[in-house]
Amino acid sequence: MGFFTPANEKVAADIASRYPRRRSAMIPLLHLAQEQEGWVTGPAMEQIAELTGTTPVEVLGTGSFYEMFKFHPVGRYLVNVCTNISCQLLGAEDLLEHVESSLGVRAGSTTDDGLFTIEEVECVAACTEAPCFTVNYRYFHRATPVLFDEVVADLRAGESPLARGGAADDGPMPEHGTLARNRQRIPVRSRAGVVPPEDVNDPPAWMPTEAAADG
Amino acid sequence: MAEPTLPDGYIAHAPGFIANAGPKLITGRFAHEDSFTLERFLATGGYQGLRTALGRAPAEVHAEVREATLLGRGGAGFPAGVKWGFCPEGVWPRYLVVNGDESEPGTYKDRLLMERDPHQLIEGMLIACYAVGLSQAFLYVRGEMALAQERLATALDEAYAAGYVGAEICGSNFSVDVVLHWGAGAYIVGEETALIESLEGNRGMPRLKPPYFPAAIGLYGQPTIVNNVETLANLGWILANGADAYKGHGSEASPGTRLFAVSGHVRRPGIYEVEHGVTTFRELFYGDNFCRGIRDGHELKTFIPGGASAPWFFEEHLDLPLEGQVVSEAGSMLGSGAIVVMDETTDTVKACLRLVQFFARESCGKCSPCREGTGWQEQILQRILDGHGRPSDLDLLLDIGDNISPGPYPVAAFADQGLDAVPFPPRQTTICPLGPSAVAPIVSTIRRFRHEFETRITRRDPITVAVSVEGVAS
Ligand SMILES: Cc1cc2nc3c(=O)[nH]c(=O)nc-3n(C[C@H](O)[C@H](O)[C@H](O)COP(=O)(O)O)c2cc1C
Ligand code: SF4
Ligand code: FES
Repeated sequence: MGFFTPANEKVAADIASRYPRRRSAMIPLLHLAQEQEGWVTGPAMEQIAELTGTTPVEVLGTGSFYEMFKFHPVGRYLVNVCTNISCQLLGAEDLLEHVESSLGVRAGSTTDDGLFTIEEVECVAACTEAPCFTVNYRYFHRATPVLFDEVVADLRAGESPLARGGAADDGPMPEHGTLARNRQRIPVRSRAGVVPPEDVNDPPAWMPTEAAADG
Repeated sequence: MAEPTLPDGYIAHAPGFIANAGPKLITGRFAHEDSFTLERFLATGGYQGLRTALGRAPAEVHAEVREATLLGRGGAGFPAGVKWGFCPEGVWPRYLVVNGDESEPGTYKDRLLMERDPHQLIEGMLIACYAVGLSQAFLYVRGEMALAQERLATALDEAYAAGYVGAEICGSNFSVDVVLHWGAGAYIVGEETALIESLEGNRGMPRLKPPYFPAAIGLYGQPTIVNNVETLANLGWILANGADAYKGHGSEASPGTRLFAVSGHVRRPGIYEVEHGVTTFRELFYGDNFCRGIRDGHELKTFIPGGASAPWFFEEHLDLPLEGQVVSEAGSMLGSGAIVVMDETTDTVKACLRLVQFFARESCGKCSPCREGTGWQEQILQRILDGHGRPSDLDLLLDIGDNISPGPYPVAAFADQGLDAVPFPPRQTTICPLGPSAVAPIVSTIRRFRHEFETRITRRDPITVAVSVEGVAS
């Protein structure tokens, strides 16, 4: 039995078909697994190994390099507080302290109800909007303890806090694992086609051949 | 909750960007709330640069870009047109990989460009593919940027449906697929050979050089052009308006405009589109058109001119122009256009530790001077901060730095201390420049603020840790 649901198996096959070598689908497939289960499980790694022509150990070895992949369950909402330089200068440490004390767990831990996991993270590319935090990778700019409390209250009430973020993002807040609420679709008839390195020795159609260019 | 007061010129739907007076080559569309849609893009000159390109021979398009002297915006500032010429002749296929991994502390501009004007980037990618004969394009976006991924996915879907991407683009014989690829959280993947490793489905560790450019050997061993998001975002404008018009902006050595993110202790932090090579740091920090000074009641202590990896600058560097070569001769770099301003309240030991901690955490571990050295430096700085520093620690920090980056380390000119400026970049014992980057804050702060370190070492501050936990939110 495979790990992916039948629907996700189709998505996985589509993703893999976009790359000249299927191993390139490794990271996208790990994201897909995380989207399905919230974290990357053993059976997921087994199926990704099959799909990418690798072994489960290679999948773990590769995936564990990247911070976003979790190999154990995390909360429904992953709260990432940036404490790097620009945020540090504008009070990120106090903000983190507030996040920890109000949720009652330290960075690196999950609340008992399984709702929130806190992480102290590196720069998330919002430095002019410091200090900032993200929840499931959705941005909250110019953050204050008050803003954080409001976001937590929204999430506990089952409402989306995105409009509060000052990041011009809105709509529903996905659960951890669902990174983007849509994904690229490449219609088969509009495809230019995958270009495997071993099958191509000539310049593409629009490039003048070298002989023509020389002459 | 009281709404935070947003600075004047701030556009809520392009958060961070400040609309000021000055040319808007790549930020013009931000004035529109729907700047990210195909409809708005087409209504504001979108895909005209691509159409112009398709009406010419690829070599002519390449020549136009070379003529424009479009400098890379990812960090190294290498001219794009020249880099494109490094693809070996007769070796096919060639690929394009877009570097959208933006993670250098202090840097925020590529995310804005991807979220708010995705078609501008796609158009630039297509022009690059057409000019150099790149058969497939991979758009590698930092994993944490969820909204950017959504916006790019929608934009690509629109562009495919309208015939701007995919087979026989705009009815021509030019065909290329653009594949949106998500990263998964690792700063080092921004280094171009690590980016390629990651795209091949491996741990994102840099490759040994030479070859110095993936244009020679890149993705799947094939010639590969890697360009930064902002670099590519300029191509539509350049093709639509011509290299001469582009060179009408900025300086001779650094034409066009460039995005700078100014963060930290200024009155009006934000992302500014600035005349490249002309505007000075002083104008940027104090000018009415830009940041409008250091925050109330405070004064400048120091600033980082080009992201966490850059040696720090001080008061005496304020009159330098934002020009790569000049900044390099003064001992630092413009890097990724990330400027962090610190006022006199800044604890430089703490700021230094935070940056070194970043490099220690993000070291990929492939070479020992970086893997071990950055970790040792972090531990030493931590113990100094904790009040357990030893008098020999400062020399030890510099000595470890010397093992990562031997010889005189480039630092901002310390003429007052009898030390000359040494041009960037530093020498390195490592595979990539990440290790030497950790040396930048250490050398900068110890040279200039030695007394702050010494005070920490000789006098023990009571450690102030908040111990009260005010109850668990329920
Ligand atoms: C440690 C390290 C991190 C880097 N991170 C990035 C990055 O996040 N984005 C980027 O465009 N370039 C980054 N670079 C620079 C790239 O290696 C490469 O020079 C650049 O993407 C080339 O594009 P350009 O010529 O258009 O600037 C990084 C380099 C190093 C050494
Ligand atoms: S310098 Fe550091 S990050 Fe770069 S290859 Fe070596 S260990 Fe990896
Ligand atoms: S330092 Fe916090 S977002 Fe860049």
